[in-house]
Amino acid sequence: MKPYSSVLKLRLLNGMQYRSAALAGVATQFFWGFMYIMIFEAFYSSVIDNPPISLEELVVYLWLQQSFLAFIMLWFRDNELFDLITTGNIAYELCRPCGIYGYWYAKLLAQRLSSAFLRSFPILLVAFLLPEPYRMSLPPSFITFVLFLITLILGLFILVAISMFIYISVFITLSPVGSLLVFGVIGEFFAGLVIPIPLMPSWLKEIAYMLPFRLTADFPFRVYSGHIPQSDALVGIVLQLVWLLVLVLLGRYALKKALQKVVVQGG
Amino acid sequence: MGLYFRYLSILFKSQMQYRTSFWLLTVGQFLVPLSLFAGLYFLFERFGEIKGWDFYEVALCFAVIHMAFAISECFGRGFDSFSSLVQHGGFDRVLVRPRSTVVQVLGSQFEFTRFGRLLQSVLVLVWALNHLTIEWNVVKIITLCLMIISGVSIFAGIFILAATLCFWTIQGLEVVNIFTDGGREMAQYPLNIYQKWVARFFTFVIPFGTVNYLPLMYILDKSGGNELLYMATPLAGIVFILPCLLVWKFGVRHYRSTGS
Repeated sequence: MKPYSSVLKLRLLNGMQYRSAALAGVATQFFWGFMYIMIFEAFYSSVIDNPPISLEELVVYLWLQQSFLAFIMLWFRDNELFDLITTGNIAYELCRPCGIYGYWYAKLLAQRLSSAFLRSFPILLVAFLLPEPYRMSLPPSFITFVLFLITLILGLFILVAISMFIYISVFITLSPVGSLLVFGVIGEFFAGLVIPIPLMPSWLKEIAYMLPFRLTADFPFRVYSGHIPQSDALVGIVLQLVWLLVLVLLGRYALKKALQKVVVQGG
Repeated sequence: MGLYFRYLSILFKSQMQYRTSFWLLTVGQFLVPLSLFAGLYFLFERFGEIKGWDFYEVALCFAVIHMAFAISECFGRGFDSFSSLVQHGGFDRVLVRPRSTVVQVLGSQFEFTRFGRLLQSVLVLVWALNHLTIEWNVVKIITLCLMIISGVSIFAGIFILAATLCFWTIQGLEVVNIFTDGGREMAQYPLNIYQKWVARFFTFVIPFGTVNYLPLMYILDKSGGNELLYMATPLAGIVFILPCLLVWKFGVRHYRSTGS
């Protein structure tokens, strides 16, 4: 475990260097947050009887989405890893005395964590101070908040496990952009980033519930707002753990297969 | 112009080298607006309308802005990735050649994969037009074409402005996304659904409103009177590129090489 945790620490410190980039990111996220809330506000102004999620819950959902973007976006990329694969420097990685899956996993995890640390707090802080109807609200109880934290972190683990598949696919396509895009679009749609999952028609909701993507974003955010009751949240946590296990095992297997095909050409 | 097409054919050949990735990317580019459009569709299925606009009207709005974005991304990609050209000193090479800098930067990149995106928006356009009952006449058709041209020119203008900033900041700026991606996303819906200040900003400062919202009122006969005014608004968007080109010229004159 030691080498993985030091990779994590090193990357965290590295990521924290880009403070001005983070500030720009915060500004961008605010723009998106406001825009989405305005769009949904306009939709909600045409009356429909009991919407599947209230506007207040939706505002919370959208702000959490914007502030934890680094936790839920699939297109978040590490060009270093891509370069390693496409230039052949992967050979050096193979010489390292630790498993390559765990090493990359720690690296990607740290990147997302450092990016989120810098961005999420300023966004949330300001979102709490905004005037209605844009204001972010507190979770209904402390236990809900604890459940939210657990589901958020488990969601992050799942997301990193999913994103590992993108890197593995580069071994086959040799160029990251294509697989990144396809994975990104499908993943984000079923994570509820294009349209919140409660607002989807029921047949689509069923598909979304079968896939792991929603466990990374939609699920923790709805736990926070109380839209998902605590007992359901516990069931969800078990589901998250099962998916995490399946994805990591599959990922390790796929990486092993891909590495077996790598031919190192000296030089 | 001849030079530009030479650039294009070379870029096309080089992009076809990674064939799997090329097709994946084209399909991906088709999927991006498709997923957004699906989102739009499902929202209308649930809510019915948005501030008096129905689904097909908004779909038309969506199609126009996405077509404009796809076209300008195809052509303007060179400006979009301009920061790396400055960082690596590649712009010095551009400067010593006896050709216009704009053509060379435009020709330095071309995303053929964006045709996937373009195709998707054309399909949406056809679908929307099929379901809308519009009394077509020549002026309306011209207005529709102008809307797309206007959009292309606004996005290209923003790309150029962003690239000009690189002369001073060296790095690309993430904030620019607010105006490209954000503007596109925002103009998917008619601007009057937003708060007044937002609608004003995107009409008078960065004229996205002239791409679809204002001329659409004319095409859909919602304008109430002032037809000529609404019809002519896309022209304002087309003019937007002129000051951007001026700023670019100014930037080129003040360029200092990074020396790498």
